[in-house]
Amino acid sequence: MIQNVTALEMPIDEEFRIVKNHLTNGKGKRICIVTGTHGDELEGQYVCYLIAKMVNEHPEKLKGTIDIYPALNPLGIDSMQRGVPAFDLDMNRIFPGNSRGSMIEKVAHDIYTDLSGADMVIDIHASNIFLREIPQVRISEMTAETLVPYAKLMGIDFIWIHQAATVLESTLAHSLNSTGTPCLVAEMGVGGRISHSMCQHLVDGIQNLMFSMGIWDEAPDPSKIKESIVSKNGDSVAFLNAKISGVFVTEIHNDTTIKKGQSIGQIISPLTGKILDDVIAPCDGLLFTIRAYPMVYEGSLLGRIYKL
Amino acid sequence: MKIQTIFHMSSPYRDDFRIKAYTFGEGEKTLCIVGSMRGDEIQQQFVASQMVALMKKAEEENQIMPGISISIIPSVNPFSINIEKRFWALDNTDINRMFPGYDQGETTQRIAAGLFEFIKDFKFGIQLASYYLPGNFLPHVRMIHTGFEDVNDAKYFGFPYVGIREPEPFDTVLLNYNWQIWNTQAFSLYSGTTDVIDHKMAQGAIEAISRFMVKKNMLSLTIENEGVQEPIVIEGKQLIPIQAPHAGILIIEKEAGQVVKKDEVLARIVHPYEGRDVCEIKSPVSGTIFFARNKSITFQNTLLFRIINL
Ligand SMILES: [Zn+2]
Repeated sequence: MIQNVTALEMPIDEEFRIVKNHLTNGKGKRICIVTGTHGDELEGQYVCYLIAKMVNEHPEKLKGTIDIYPALNPLGIDSMQRGVPAFDLDMNRIFPGNSRGSMIEKVAHDIYTDLSGADMVIDIHASNIFLREIPQVRISEMTAETLVPYAKLMGIDFIWIHQAATVLESTLAHSLNSTGTPCLVAEMGVGGRISHSMCQHLVDGIQNLMFSMGIWDEAPDPSKIKESIVSKNGDSVAFLNAKISGVFVTEIHNDTTIKKGQSIGQIISPLTGKILDDVIAPCDGLLFTIRAYPMVYEGSLLGRIYKL
Repeated sequence: MKIQTIFHMSSPYRDDFRIKAYTFGEGEKTLCIVGSMRGDEIQQQFVASQMVALMKKAEEENQIMPGISISIIPSVNPFSINIEKRFWALDNTDINRMFPGYDQGETTQRIAAGLFEFIKDFKFGIQLASYYLPGNFLPHVRMIHTGFEDVNDAKYFGFPYVGIREPEPFDTVLLNYNWQIWNTQAFSLYSGTTDVIDHKMAQGAIEAISRFMVKKNMLSLTIENEGVQEPIVIEGKQLIPIQAPHAGILIIEKEAGQVVKKDEVLARIVHPYEGRDVCEIKSPVSGTIFFARNKSITFQNTLLFRIINL
């Protein structure tokens, strides 16, 4: 059943809406699949489709509620903008919102209220147009104890436990986790693209989680659920930042184990035909992030390595 | 006048990115003024440039007190202004969400770190700030309540109002907050407009900063104090927000700074196809308009005004 989560008037003959697909057998636990907070991240679109399709094909296997929210920032998705158009705001920095606030604060409040009380929320992100990520769940240190067991059930490649930062207190995930609704943040792929195999992999993981929670009556093929690599602590990740501005080229893919001293790519000058910098791995490890967008300034992130 | 490049970076094809500081006087780092940080902060750019001109003259006429130095950074982000983009040229990040910065991090973290390294030791800091919503303010000085702030100092600007508000999660990455944490008395000065210069309000901001410098013994000038009263400190809850009950074309009838009576019409919303008034927006209280939207369309629920209710 398609329902409005919130609706507001726009200036000229258009209603702003956030919709969800409420799939339920009327009892049991509730999981929410949310995505599209950032308008340039599209991997979650295919995940939502696959889950809705799965329920459409086998409604009898549903033993609880699955709420699918494919577009928390519909204006951004429909106009290829990461933030909220006309406000130039990051939708993931305004939670839990405010029912009496401006339009965007009210929208955040209505989303937060609608999700609150769920037994699990999966917030699917797809990096941005600059970086390509392997499928991963990101969990702040504060919530690791509660959330890591759930993340492991998803059989996702990598579970990154990172340090908490005050500025991240206004994310959807933090707002939910700090008020008793467990929320896992999945990151995968790259902005503006859909990888079918990655999406299918995440759907298998979500199916396994739903099976474990008693929401779905069928487990996925066990061979599809990998054992996750769980990061140890905050400084176990090496960041590779550009030393110089230029054009970054690489033939390396992420999800690759690399050796200290190995070349990750080059920053080149098309004008002079020279290599400006050969980017070298500072340690052994799993390259879980690699830059996808070639133009770089000094400091631009080129990759991230989980030290092994 | 000493001109220094305090941060520079190459670019793939554009000229080098540079942040410049203009320093006047010699001695203890006493006051730092930071101008534009976002690509639409033209009023802030103008005010900063006028402060440089004013300080140059003050220095030539020996009006700067001995033993102190005053630095002005007219722009932290010329790259965004030059391409008329509000945030960072490539990745659209906001430099004013990156403080205290990180010199080994992402580009805008490095810019923030480069700036902060230079400005962190000053006794007083003034950021010529803009608001995230489009609109005009009654010029004022604002502080974040961190426990380090001193509202008495804010009064020396001579604006009728001093704003003070509680910190929110995003504040921890703003310049003002980090300045205060590093023991600089930090003020955000809102000089009315953002992307269009308002000369009267710019002049008011320049006079306010000059007045502050005179009161804090940095400058020996005679300063016009006529009409300057003891300012009123306002907290967030004393500002009454007025939101649009409907979307449509917005006709603003009252501007920031105007005094209004309860039930006076502040704005009208016009149907964009049929031309009729959808609604009138009346003031729920008597007071002074502190903030007024300056765009001619509105969503439903958009903040249109804030009124000071004392
Ligand atoms: Zn995202």
